[in-house]
Amino acid sequence: MLGQDLVMYDEEFKLIDAELHRLLAQANAKVVFLVDKNGQLIAATGETENLDTTSLASLTAGNIAATGGMAKLLGEKEFSILFHEGARDNIHISIIGQRVILVVIFDQRSSLGLVRLRVKKSAEILGNIFGQLLLKVETEKGSGKQADSPFAEITDEDIDKLFG
Amino acid sequence: MSFINYSSREINCKIVFYGPGLCGKTTNLQWIYKKTNPDSKGKMISLATETERTLFFDFLPLALGEIRGFKTRFHLYTVPGQVFYDASRKLILKGVDGVVFVADSQIERMEANIESVENLRLNMTEQGYNLDKVPYVIQYNKRDLPNVVPLEEMRKALNPRGLPDFEACAMDGTGVFDTLKAIAKLVIMELKKNQDGG
Repeated sequence: MLGQDLVMYDEEFKLIDAELHRLLAQANAKVVFLVDKNGQLIAATGETENLDTTSLASLTAGNIAATGGMAKLLGEKEFSILFHEGARDNIHISIIGQRVILVVIFDQRSSLGLVRLRVKKSAEILGNIFGQLLLKVETEKGSGKQADSPFAEITDEDIDKLFG
Repeated sequence: MSFINYSSREINCKIVFYGPGLCGKTTNLQWIYKKTNPDSKGKMISLATETERTLFFDFLPLALGEIRGFKTRFHLYTVPGQVFYDASRKLILKGVDGVVFVADSQIERMEANIESVENLRLNMTEQGYNLDKVPYVIQYNKRDLPNVVPLEEMRKALNPRGLPDFEACAMDGTGVFDTLKAIAKLVIMELKKNQDGG
């Protein structure tokens, strides 16, 4: 099967969360979030209270997928940055390490130039964290050790219970 | 591709509803949306044309409660069924954990069903999956209509492997949750298998 399941551990999550916080402050942004290419929200920070981040995550991934399809037709590997300009808010979307998507929402308190500059720096740091995470997942799989796996003793009954 | 988050103790999976145009994929999602407790669902997003034909996808996030202390979330997607939206269909299959094939039981749509299954197999292969190895269930929709193909014939044409299959009428909800439950079960069992197998 292509690629592998995404697994997130507490240690890496904290590193990612800290980097998103830093980016939010340095870029003067409203919201910063990170999405898996399949549309799963990984982390979000900023003014997210009234924001439907789950839907945004799914649409962002759809957007990246559609743009990726266009790139392929043009013989490009990918379009790694997307920018949507609104009357009030703007969205800057970039792909990190071909696997995750970094989204920055900002208004007139910031600027595209500043966001681009800060995103570039954060992308490198986040890319390294994800590289480290993938290595860790591989090692744990190899050793057959899955700390605290929710699937270890799962039964049919557990699944039936989900549906009440 | 599922997402297991040990930090927030969440499991996220992606299920795609596939099938020919107007077979009732969106109707399935609408029924699930309508009948789910408001606390356990997010907003349903439909990227559709003005005539309510799916243009890119429908999306419905569903929280199904906990398994062993992990919140279980399913992200349900539909593909656009119309033949000429094939490029979009391929994109939506990326990272899929389970597939529901919704067949239109009407005699005149049988050919479209078969064409769509073949298209599904092809597109899965293109995304690096083998349809025979991915959690997969089949739903025979619109069983309430007068001009339907007999069940045995549909099985023979669309389900030669004898996978879990369900008769449904998505408009009134018949069979919709049975289908969802079956695919959710298969997806979770597959996750367990992958973890056990290393």
